[in-house]
Amino acid sequence: MNVFLDAFAWIFSPDRTTGYLPLWEAVLQHLGFTFGSVAIAALIAIPAGWAIGHTGKGREIAVFLSGAARSLPSLGLVVLLYLVIGVNFKEQAAVVAFVLLAIPSILAGAYAGIEAINRSTVEAGRAVGMTPMQILWKIEVPLGLPLLIGGIRSAVLQVVATVTIAAYVGLGGLGFALIQGIQTRNAAQILGASIVVVILALVLDGAFALFQRIVVPRGVAVQHSSPTRRRTRRAPVPAT
Amino acid sequence: MNWVGQNLDLIGQLTLAHLRQSAVAIVLGFVLAIPLGWAAFRFTRLRGTLLGVVGILYTIPSFGLFALISATTGIGLLSETNLVVALTIYAVAIMTRSVTDGLASVDAAVRSAAVAVGFGPLRRFWTVDLPLAGPVMLAGLRVTAVSTISLATVGALIGVQNLGYLFTNGSQRRIIPEVLAGVLAVVVIALVIDLALVLAGRALMPWTRRIRVPRQRARAAEVTA
Repeated sequence: MNVFLDAFAWIFSPDRTTGYLPLWEAVLQHLGFTFGSVAIAALIAIPAGWAIGHTGKGREIAVFLSGAARSLPSLGLVVLLYLVIGVNFKEQAAVVAFVLLAIPSILAGAYAGIEAINRSTVEAGRAVGMTPMQILWKIEVPLGLPLLIGGIRSAVLQVVATVTIAAYVGLGGLGFALIQGIQTRNAAQILGASIVVVILALVLDGAFALFQRIVVPRGVAVQHSSPTRRRTRRAPVPAT
Repeated sequence: MNWVGQNLDLIGQLTLAHLRQSAVAIVLGFVLAIPLGWAAFRFTRLRGTLLGVVGILYTIPSFGLFALISATTGIGLLSETNLVVALTIYAVAIMTRSVTDGLASVDAAVRSAAVAVGFGPLRRFWTVDLPLAGPVMLAGLRVTAVSTISLATVGALIGVQNLGYLFTNGSQRRIIPEVLAGVLAVVVIALVIDLALVLAGRALMPWTRRIRVPRQRARAAEVTA
């Protein structure tokens, strides 16, 4: 386990606070790209997903997108946009790639959240005279929130992983130390940077898991039914 | 698209290597997930922990996983084995939940009927539970296959030769058609394998052609699986 000691020594070395890209700066950069891209994706995907869920129209599009996105290699997408948009705009190109990768999970979460609501709940809203807008904002959006947060959670993890890879085109972030370590054959640096990336992903995942529980509206029974139902909590998009 | 025409040989070789690496991981993942998924289904107390651990596995960014595998097992960091092990871990992570869900989807009455006519536990598992869990497991296997094929390209960052090489090489030499060809090749392979799995599923599970999965579950599975 000596390699792990070396890796932790690398992480906590005073050298990490100085140099071209100090470790904390890389973490902040990583988080900045992640949340910036997911926020842009959310602005596009949440209204679209709610529209699909509310009207029931276009669900094929959501299903197709979440399926197609899975086969799209994120490294390829990043490199392609980097070359097409221009190597001088690598940050913009990378953000476009991150946004494209984040949209399907959020769209699916927004739409599935509304679709998973018991129809009789929506009918009850209509029966007491709610307008379609009231049904959307007072019933569908709050009840669909846990699945929406689940979709955002998947998107965040997907983007965290992709930002790491995007260091290949010189984006910075935590992948920078990893790639530099591979190029200079510095095992402690490679493992140290990997550990930081993995911890970052796990912390974000844990935070979102907590958030997902908090947003369940009071008075809504938490459904602890079969595992088949529980899987709707989060779409299994593996980290990239 | 000149580049593509001149490098069809290279693309072919990389495609074969890509398929080989992905296939090993998909098959291994599937085989390993069956006992794990069964254990999570059978021992309810274990379920939360096991599926939780498995869930954590696929939150790990792949580029971060390679070094962890290498450091804990001694497998060379920049080796094909490392990539295949990483892909297998992700495949197990997705498939275990599918196997558990699949076994849970088997009608309890059918299981009781099998016991009633005298099936032992092993025979019941192989001839009743597993086949009937097939449709849900197939949905998981399709997700596993497609994401493994797409994910394998990250191997190029640790110097493994597969279609991901077209991304790193194309990036260094600034050849857009090369990168585009790589993306398209990955997507096409993923679609072909996905189709092959669907057809294999129809051949192996003829009953699914007539009996449709209940609408509610099918909808949920389409989005999440």
